[in-house]
Amino acid sequence: MLQDKDRIFKNIYCQDDWRLAGARRRGIWDNTKALLEVGPDKIIDEIKASELRGRGGAGFPTGMKWSFMPKQSDGRPSYLVVNADESEPGTCKDREILRFDPHMLIEGCLVGGFAMRCVAAYIYIRGEFYQEAMHLQAAIDEAYDAGLIGKNASGSGYDFDVYLHRGAGAYICGEESALIESLEGKKGQPRLKPPFPAAVGLYGCPTTVNNVETIAVTPTILRRGASWFAGLGRPKNVGTKLFCVSGHVNKPCNVEEEMGIPLRELIDKHCGGVRGGWDNLLAVIPGGSSVPMLPKHICDDILMDFDSLRAVQSGLGTAAVIVMDKSTDLIEAITRFAHFYMHESCGQCTPCREGTGWMFRIMTRFVKGNADPSEIDMLLDISKQIEGHTICALGDAAAWPIQGLMRHFRPVVEERMRAFRGRQAAE
Amino acid sequence: MPKMTIDGIEIEVPAGITVLQACELAGKEIPRFCYHERLSVAGNCRMCLVEQEKAPKPIASCAMPVAEGMVIKTDSPIVQKARKGVMEFLLINHPLDCPICDQGGECDLQDQAMAFGKSFSRYQEEKRAVTDKDFGPLVKTEMTRCIQCTRCIRFATEVAGVEVLGAVSRGEHMEVTTYVEKGIASELSGNLIDLCPVGALTSKPYAFTARPWELTKTESIDVSDAVGVNVRIDSRGREVLRILPRINEDVNEEWLADKGRFWVDGLRRQRLDRPFIRENGKLRAASWAEAFDAIAARMKASEGRRMAAIAGDQVDAESLFALKELMTALGSPNIDCRQDGAQLDAGSRASYLFNSTIAGIDRADAILLVGSNPRWEAPVINARIRKRYLKGGLKVASVGAVGDLTYPVEILGAGPETLADLAKGNHSFAEALKNAKAPMIILGQGALARPDGAAILTLARKLAEAANVVRDGWNGFNVLHTAAARVAGLELGFVPQAGGRDVNGILEGAQKGEIDIVYLLAADEIDTNRLGSAFVIYQGHHGDRGAHRADVVLPGAAYTEKDGTYMNTEGRAQLGRLAIFPPGDAKADWSILRALSEVLGKKLGYDNLDQLRRKLYQAFPRFQRIGAIEPAAWGSFGGSGEATRDAFKPAVSNYYMTDPISRASATMAQCTERFVLPAAGGKTGTHG
Repeated sequence: MLQDKDRIFKNIYCQDDWRLAGARRRGIWDNTKALLEVGPDKIIDEIKASELRGRGGAGFPTGMKWSFMPKQSDGRPSYLVVNADESEPGTCKDREILRFDPHMLIEGCLVGGFAMRCVAAYIYIRGEFYQEAMHLQAAIDEAYDAGLIGKNASGSGYDFDVYLHRGAGAYICGEESALIESLEGKKGQPRLKPPFPAAVGLYGCPTTVNNVETIAVTPTILRRGASWFAGLGRPKNVGTKLFCVSGHVNKPCNVEEEMGIPLRELIDKHCGGVRGGWDNLLAVIPGGSSVPMLPKHICDDILMDFDSLRAVQSGLGTAAVIVMDKSTDLIEAITRFAHFYMHESCGQCTPCREGTGWMFRIMTRFVKGNADPSEIDMLLDISKQIEGHTICALGDAAAWPIQGLMRHFRPVVEERMRAFRGRQAAE
Repeated sequence: MPKMTIDGIEIEVPAGITVLQACELAGKEIPRFCYHERLSVAGNCRMCLVEQEKAPKPIASCAMPVAEGMVIKTDSPIVQKARKGVMEFLLINHPLDCPICDQGGECDLQDQAMAFGKSFSRYQEEKRAVTDKDFGPLVKTEMTRCIQCTRCIRFATEVAGVEVLGAVSRGEHMEVTTYVEKGIASELSGNLIDLCPVGALTSKPYAFTARPWELTKTESIDVSDAVGVNVRIDSRGREVLRILPRINEDVNEEWLADKGRFWVDGLRRQRLDRPFIRENGKLRAASWAEAFDAIAARMKASEGRRMAAIAGDQVDAESLFALKELMTALGSPNIDCRQDGAQLDAGSRASYLFNSTIAGIDRADAILLVGSNPRWEAPVINARIRKRYLKGGLKVASVGAVGDLTYPVEILGAGPETLADLAKGNHSFAEALKNAKAPMIILGQGALARPDGAAILTLARKLAEAANVVRDGWNGFNVLHTAAARVAGLELGFVPQAGGRDVNGILEGAQKGEIDIVYLLAADEIDTNRLGSAFVIYQGHHGDRGAHRADVVLPGAAYTEKDGTYMNTEGRAQLGRLAIFPPGDAKADWSILRALSEVLGKKLGYDNLDQLRRKLYQAFPRFQRIGAIEPAAWGSFGGSGEATRDAFKPAVSNYYMTDPISRASATMAQCTERFVLPAAGGKTGTHG
């Protein structure tokens, strides 16, 4: 269990002032100049050494990502883009940073942007996050007024701007290249890769897109040292992480914990346990709507980190833990996800555009049981036809929840169909 | 040159191409819907997925650049599964209306479903239906059939340069539409139909007319403007049903403008299908013999110097040659092929050709338009200029007002005095031309078809020389013609012979009674009121202005009904071919002239087209070199005199109606009403 001294996010419950004065009390903006004085390359080395992995879901090593940015400009400026379009169902971690500790993010922007030789950071915030955007903008204004960013940011001699851009609430704009398109004023549709954003990104310039949490933890890592951060958690899955636990627990919450904490400990210690006790647990979706669910017997001793969850064919995703007890209709729950992906598909590429609607309609029949058991295999086949055949990962994300349901709860689906046929025969 | 392996074949490919292109070089066909060579890459249909060794998932070959050592499989189980999957997804919401779909038989979706699809459907849910859109009188929409490949959007935005198409909504509700439900106001909109891989966009006038396998396909040349677009004429029985472009990289790439595509119905209306003679002020049907006798009687009563001939804009070179020979035999020096009165100098080829060639536009970096609106005079050339503009580094300026050309144009002035300023170097753009690597002047008929045209031609030559537009290996002096027959006529010397009258002189003579007989070879763009009391022979295919004034009408053949040679604005000879036979008693024009010459006792020395062509080639060998371009020598040309200060007027005032065929076309009338009249300030007096 994470000790208080190792906590990075000290105000996610808003017990303290979120403004600059409070932030300074918590050590944010404390001699940021010194962090920058070591130079960009040293910062990237330190982040690499800390083994920080991206907190947006994919878990790509952050230091490596930063090192893809050009060290020498070819005339084009470089940009840091912060993905604050937090829309993954079940996830509400970035939101707490944005509204209760915005200066952590802004300081992170300066540090990360300096390390990647960026001239500016663009923070793309989800349209529905109104209060969050207001807080963040107020914090940006405070930082400018205090000389922390802008010309000669924090007295470092480096000029760095931070801009806030509000999205319009499309899930797909959380995909990095769709986010860039949207930021440029176009329809939010993912771009083809290659070229990758580090080569051709925002306005055709080298760009790195990072999650809010990733950027927000970097100043603390630099202050306390890579070895401290790497010492937390498990090998290759280090540091702390914000977990968002929701669903059938007694006290749903956001909590910062060490990577690799056992799922059961997370739920029992921080959330007051599963509603009706651990034995009432049916399944858990461990990382937001995009990852396959886990049945109770796996949940009993699974560790919450990237590699442990991948080993059981799921994923850490955004660490949004959705707990479902035995009162849950799993088929309907997954159908709701299928509807979400149908609704949020950008419509650009064929498999996702056509396949998500088809899967949702089949799932709708499955909820009633109005289907033939052979259609389960057909549905899985359709999900495989989407997975891996699309421009962005949304296709995969649409396929996985359904695959997870069928992997672990196929008998439940078949039983529903038998019952439906039985009722039909009786009528 | 990266080396790669495609299905076990090792191949070296040019750097910078895509995997899809590399596969084609290796002889592997990759199915595709959204990819098109002339449009930007969208990569959204996912049909072209191939397997790349070491890649975690199949890659979109249309978007992936080649790299050294790539190993590609185009027919592995992974690829087959991907294609089958994409095909199934495309078909689940595609209506099963192939039996009533005009795309049937030439549908990419149909063909690829046969090749890569499943033979059964697993889809039990409801199918999607999409509201149809109004794209105007030319393009019919059936949006339920749309597979969202976005080719049409990309064509309209990139090639046609009109930002009217886009996709609204997302996911399965994504629809291609004009944002505010207005027609596609582009002269290239017909190409959307060719680009659409399914039956979502089809030809409105051609709807439900024929199946592609019923059609006879004839390769020919478009005569709606002077570009010489290569076309394919699709006919059934005695009717031309549609016209499609063919690929010719040097001329039209693969585009065809709307007039040359959609004027098909004009070929069926207002046709002259028998000879007529005017009696008591009215035309009556007559036999060929009667008509020839009537002509012979009048000609015997006159003499060569009191006769004249004017040739129209869509006449083939063979007929021009035959008429010139006949008029020479009759002793008439009064012949002219410039019925708009353009002061073109037939003595110097360089003075009337598009010397840089159309493909030369790709190299140009500064273009000066003089009295020309290429968007209406030659839409395909305009698209080429836009393509060049999109590459960057092109400056375009104009002397004379032009509308929206789909690229920015700096208007330098209104008329000849600006041109004179430029020629004297008193203008900054003269400097820009001089400093350009490949400068270009495009001289339009709006600058030449006026009394002071010769002086303007001289000014243009002086500017070309002063600004060094003609230099080693590059001649950027270009005349943009609007008439398909014009360059052939100038090449043949179908201009006043020694002591002869030009068009204006002929009309003046007719008014004064100095000209007795005027022979109009499909010439309709003259002021027929000025023909006075002259005896007018009209030989042509449409009952248009000329036939209305004629005393004898001889029914000729439209360009689809005869074999003929046309020379485009670059001086490129190209062959038009007979697709159907002329209607009724109508005949190929050269044969009418040959028959008449015998009645007149001036028999022309050829009995068939081959013999005629042999003579033509002997006298004018450039007509024999089909498809070739011969650079023209630079020299002094143009006329003396002072240019007036009148502003240049556009040569084309309504793109959709410029000649007898388009004026007879109901489709072109609809386009005029939809796109031209509103812009010209509302409706005409005939509207309620």
